[in-house]
Amino acid sequence: MSEEQGSLHFRANSVASIADESLRAALRNAADTFGTRRTLAFGSVPDLEALREKASAIRMEVLDNLPGYVDTFAANAARQGATVHRASDAQSACDIVGSILTGHGITMAAKGKSMVSEEIGLNHHLQRLGIEVVETDLGEYIIQLEGETPSHIIVPAIHKNRKQVGKLFSERLGVPYTEDPQVLTKTARKVMREKFLAAKAGISGANFAIADTGSLVLFTNEGNGRMVTSLPPLHVAVLSIEKILPKLTDLPTFIRLLPRSATGQAITSYVSLITGTRKAGEATGAKELHIVLVDNGRSSIVKGECREMLKCIRCGACMNVCPVYRTVGGHAYGWTYPGPMGMVLTTLLTGMENSYPLVDASTLCGACVDVCPVRIPLVELIVKLREERVRDGLSDRRERIGMRLFGAAAAQPALFGWGEKLSRLLWPVIKKVGGEKVAGRLPEPAARPFHRRMP
Amino acid sequence: MRVQLFGTCMIDSFYPEVGEATVQLLEHFGVEVVFPKGQTCCGQPAFNAGYREEARGAARHFLSVFTGDDPIVTPSGSCAAMVKHHYPELFRDDPRLAEKAARAAARVFEISQFLVGTLRAQERSFIGKGRITYHSSCHLTRMLGVREEPLLLIAALKGAEFVPMPDATRCCGFGGVFMAKLPEISCALAEEKADSVIATGADTVTGGDSACLMTIADALKRRGSTVKAKHLVQLLAEGL
Repeated sequence: MSEEQGSLHFRANSVASIADESLRAALRNAADTFGTRRTLAFGSVPDLEALREKASAIRMEVLDNLPGYVDTFAANAARQGATVHRASDAQSACDIVGSILTGHGITMAAKGKSMVSEEIGLNHHLQRLGIEVVETDLGEYIIQLEGETPSHIIVPAIHKNRKQVGKLFSERLGVPYTEDPQVLTKTARKVMREKFLAAKAGISGANFAIADTGSLVLFTNEGNGRMVTSLPPLHVAVLSIEKILPKLTDLPTFIRLLPRSATGQAITSYVSLITGTRKAGEATGAKELHIVLVDNGRSSIVKGECREMLKCIRCGACMNVCPVYRTVGGHAYGWTYPGPMGMVLTTLLTGMENSYPLVDASTLCGACVDVCPVRIPLVELIVKLREERVRDGLSDRRERIGMRLFGAAAAQPALFGWGEKLSRLLWPVIKKVGGEKVAGRLPEPAARPFHRRMP
Repeated sequence: MRVQLFGTCMIDSFYPEVGEATVQLLEHFGVEVVFPKGQTCCGQPAFNAGYREEARGAARHFLSVFTGDDPIVTPSGSCAAMVKHHYPELFRDDPRLAEKAARAAARVFEISQFLVGTLRAQERSFIGKGRITYHSSCHLTRMLGVREEPLLLIAALKGAEFVPMPDATRCCGFGGVFMAKLPEISCALAEEKADSVIATGADTVTGGDSACLMTIADALKRRGSTVKAKHLVQLLAEGL
């Protein structure tokens, strides 16, 4: 876990989010937009189910042979001139990136969007080493200025409306207040252009890594991904090991699925493939490329019963449709990854003992399963994690007692009948103890239950 | 034809009128309804909360009560989905019960599924009235795959006007234990759902799961709305 982790006590976090009307409006608006665009974008894909099946199979193939694919990728990337590093955990990943940058005397780096860098707390680490890190994805830049963490994996500043961004820019950048998104974007672009030109190092993530060519793949819409990976002489790419695809020919499947699932685009403005360092006679590309492959728990997750979570391609479709996410936003989840995928991944990465309240954050409605492009059985995984929580003795005490009683009663009709009778008698008390928002929402139990009305 | 009725614990305690409407409808179509004695709950609350052993106990009891070959009919999509999908999984490693679970899974039907698929009730006319909107429950639609059947039955309510609800498939916020563990979010979702219902201008909201309808009815009441929440079987039984 990174040091920047917030509280994983979901309920406490969510209560504050629900009270924030402007947050809820911004979330609903953005999530609805992406959800609608996604539906429209898939209209032009004839056999979506077959495509999802194929994508799922490719991802499973990687997970079934993860160490082998990591080795293949590493060897091929090295052949193309990259220096490949392996980091077992967050700390070692930060140390590796830190020592590459300090070794080159870097004082400022331009950075593209990367969720794994958030996961390992990279910015914080580099800042402690005296390196200025400038986020160049507009959303990431906004939250960096605000001193926040992303609240969505694709749209990091989804929780902010343009008024708030306008105010932030006028305060931090000293520009006149405006809520015109185009003017705000221009302002950010001006600031970043100087950073791109001045930065001697670029840091990026990667959406995929291709094993058979050793290439990195980046999907971006702002062009900043290209800039940070090709303009500065030094490029450091940080990615988690499960992001590998076996072959370059597997990529088209994901080109069709990822942008559609994420933003409802048929393709992002830029899809960059980076294979090794700048070769003789080439005009662009980093002269030195370091690839940091982050394990940070993946090797053990892939052996467990929730391994399918690692199929995730980080499109964020599950959060856009999740009724819970739409209501509370990403910060309520307390760590890097929010929404349905986040509940599962966070619990797997940080351990049940740290994140057990989080696995309640789903009504199990299954909207996430409907949209997942690689068919992660999220509802099933959430139930598995709840089972694990019970096994680990970390479930809520009242819930545990209630379920024991329920289990006993459900297996014994007489006991079940008495239970019903008792709750009818004690209803006024139950209503009081259960509180307005729980028992207060239940109707009066019927005077004569249905089973007594039947012959 | 004979069916076994699974009343569900929710209907047993809170909505016996839904159980009665189910019986009335089935009998109207000439079906003999048997109510197996000693039935309790399908075990879903325990299963969804991660209490596999407790869920298994409830399921084992269910399988001992619902024997034979008659179809098992229930006015609850989520309970039907529990029997259909999770029972076989719960007894995967128990050869004797695995077979029983597979048989129960094959003969369980949610009521609208049974009315449309087996009894072809949609071809009859029911007397309907007013403006009706429909909430599409998550487990009924997503887990059980019952999407068209309730709509066909609503269309059979002659004289009533159907008004589709915006975001009809969005969760009402009930979610079983979710309602108790994250009540603030549950209420917020139910309120959003109530707003969708009110926006349709309907006077009745219907659906196939009493738990969802309970959540929606409460939110409507809190909004000061007079829109009624009624299970689809109630509307059909009233219109016979």
